Amino acid sequence: MVQTVTDAHPADPIAQRLRDLGFVSGEPVRLVARGPLGGDPLLIQIGSTRFALRKTEAARVDVSVDGVA
Amino acid sequence: MSAASMRIALVGNPNCGKTALFNQLTGGRQKVANYAGVTVERKEGRFIAPSGRTLHVLDLPGAYSFDATSPDEAITRDVCHGRYPGEAAPDLIVCVADATNLRLHLRFVLEVRRLGRPVVLALNMMDAARRRGMVIDVEGLSRRLGVPVVETIAIKRGGAQALIERIDAAIPEIVPTAVDNAGIEQLHAEVRSILAETVTLPRDTAAIDDAIDRWALHPVFGLLILATLMFFIFQAVFSWAQPVMDGIQAGITGLGAWVTGFLPGDSALHSLLNDGVFAGLGAVLVFLPQILILFLFILVLEESGYLPRAAFLLDKMMFRVGLTGRAFIPLLSSFACAIPGIMATRSIQDPRDRLTTILVAPLMTCSARLPVYTLLIAAFIPDRAVWGVFNLQGVVLFALYFAGIFSALGVAFVMKRLRKDKSEHALIMELPSYRLPNVRDIALGLWERALIFLKRVGGIILALTVLLWFLSTFPGAPEGATQPAIDYSIAGRLGRMLEYIFAPIGFNWQICVALVPGLAAREVAVAALGTVYAMSGSDDAVASQLGPLISHQWSLATALSLLAWYVFAPQCMSTLAVIRRETNSWRNVAVAAGYLFGLAYLASFATYQIARALS
Repeated sequence: MVQTVTDAHPADPIAQRLRDLGFVSGEPVRLVARGPLGGDPLLIQIGSTRFALRKTEAARVDVSVDGVA
Repeated sequence: MSAASMRIALVGNPNCGKTALFNQLTGGRQKVANYAGVTVERKEGRFIAPSGRTLHVLDLPGAYSFDATSPDEAITRDVCHGRYPGEAAPDLIVCVADATNLRLHLRFVLEVRRLGRPVVLALNMMDAARRRGMVIDVEGLSRRLGVPVVETIAIKRGGAQALIERIDAAIPEIVPTAVDNAGIEQLHAEVRSILAETVTLPRDTAAIDDAIDRWALHPVFGLLILATLMFFIFQAVFSWAQPVMDGIQAGITGLGAWVTGFLPGDSALHSLLNDGVFAGLGAVLVFLPQILILFLFILVLEESGYLPRAAFLLDKMMFRVGLTGRAFIPLLSSFACAIPGIMATRSIQDPRDRLTTILVAPLMTCSARLPVYTLLIAAFIPDRAVWGVFNLQGVVLFALYFAGIFSALGVAFVMKRLRKDKSEHALIMELPSYRLPNVRDIALGLWERALIFLKRVGGIILALTVLLWFLSTFPGAPEGATQPAIDYSIAGRLGRMLEYIFAPIGFNWQICVALVPGLAAREVAVAALGTVYAMSGSDDAVASQLGPLISHQWSLATALSLLAWYVFAPQCMSTLAVIRRETNSWRNVAVAAGYLFGLAYLASFATYQIARALS
């Protein structure tokens, strides 16, 4: 479950785009897969859409874990 | 707006089927592919509605949001706002949404609704939604949104009928939206509330996607599958095409002999047709099957939705060398041709990542190089099995492709080191649902490629071949000349002049002559070699047998050196022109041409000298 998306720096366009894509408070998200090299990028499912996010991008999203990881 | 015509803009999230819908509406043949960023330029088509009105349809690039982060999102935003220079605001916006992906797409619909223009929502991919057991209350959705909603299946014939009727009926009224300046959280909240009311969704994703992705994205098997797939494609290009190519070859030789049989053997026209047209064009035309097989695979991969998976698998590696996983798609297109590849880089939002991708795209082995590679491979590399299963010629071809890929990675890495800006640039890429490729779309795509190729053969390649024939015929040999006539011609002299530059890398003057028209299009070099050798040989039959001929005349070192040259050389004016257009900078063109020429000369020099030392 997404808590919030934090700007890594002021007017962070990456954080803005993440919010546009639905990473907003209360949305359930799920880690579907990891990339083959060093587990990067991550494949994140939100709703019925899957996004590939690099770890640095995903780090902007604060999540709370509830039961199903 | 006149009563007789109306302007419609198709907008929507990337990969929701706008272009397929556009094709349905206009009967057009826009390229449709299952990845974001296919529509990289505005495309307009028109059709006559049942009421007799002419409807102009504009297919706009996909956008996630009007907060544009890429050049193509900016185009969509500006057109919709009526701010795009030279483009009137559309009379009606058809907002296309993937019914299976409403949570994401509805948010953009809400943004479009805020524009305060007439909007119709097309719920696309309804077939896939039903298959997944989704139930959508279309009327309820329409009531909540305050805009008409129609169901469409863009990939099925007649799947846009309801939409056409709705567009044709009347322009829907503009519904004032309650909250005009709602923040992003509120928009998402509204989407959630609409979905809760109108959509029943048994599960989030298609079971088949989960099953395929478990293997396709597996850290080990995923990479294995990708490598196997690529290797299989290149083996197929070489081995499947051979019988057809032999047939074409025989056909052209026969046709040439039949046509020129009516002409006196020593006339200029006989020479023009036999040495110029048939020798030149025939040498290129035989590569049609290989190019089509390559495109068949690329089209199927595009449509299936596998390509973004490959981008996912390779992102880390590409990121390390200063590219992005997204670059995989433009770079793969560049295997067909660097021009659509460079244009497809518009889907890379980030200007820096995009420029790097553009500059290395010419290193991908485009299909125009295939004629050169296959000619040389067939002439110099023995056709025998390696380790029982592989064909040595196929292995060499695969190695040449890899030489291009690795040098692209190397060049990107050097650029990464050289640039000053080291800030963070995002990947954030949607992985679409898998789709079964549509046979009709694939066939259309192949047909278009075949036409483009034949037009090139009939147009620029024919023109240059004839021009080259003139240059290599005139001025004629003086009385009592001992050398073949071409030695005295303009082309012959030019070739000998260039030979000084290219002798260190093992090119003879015939190759030098062929390289010049090859600047217009790479495969012309093969046609030009055909012409040059036909002109210098006494035997007319030689023309159709370029391969065996060069295998006698050239050393292996020369052949390998020419192969190395073609891996790098910026031998394509159209590519340089498209780099200029896409980056709006001559400097970038100079950088690309300069480094490619430098690499080409170095690689050929090394190849030639090493091969000579070893033989």
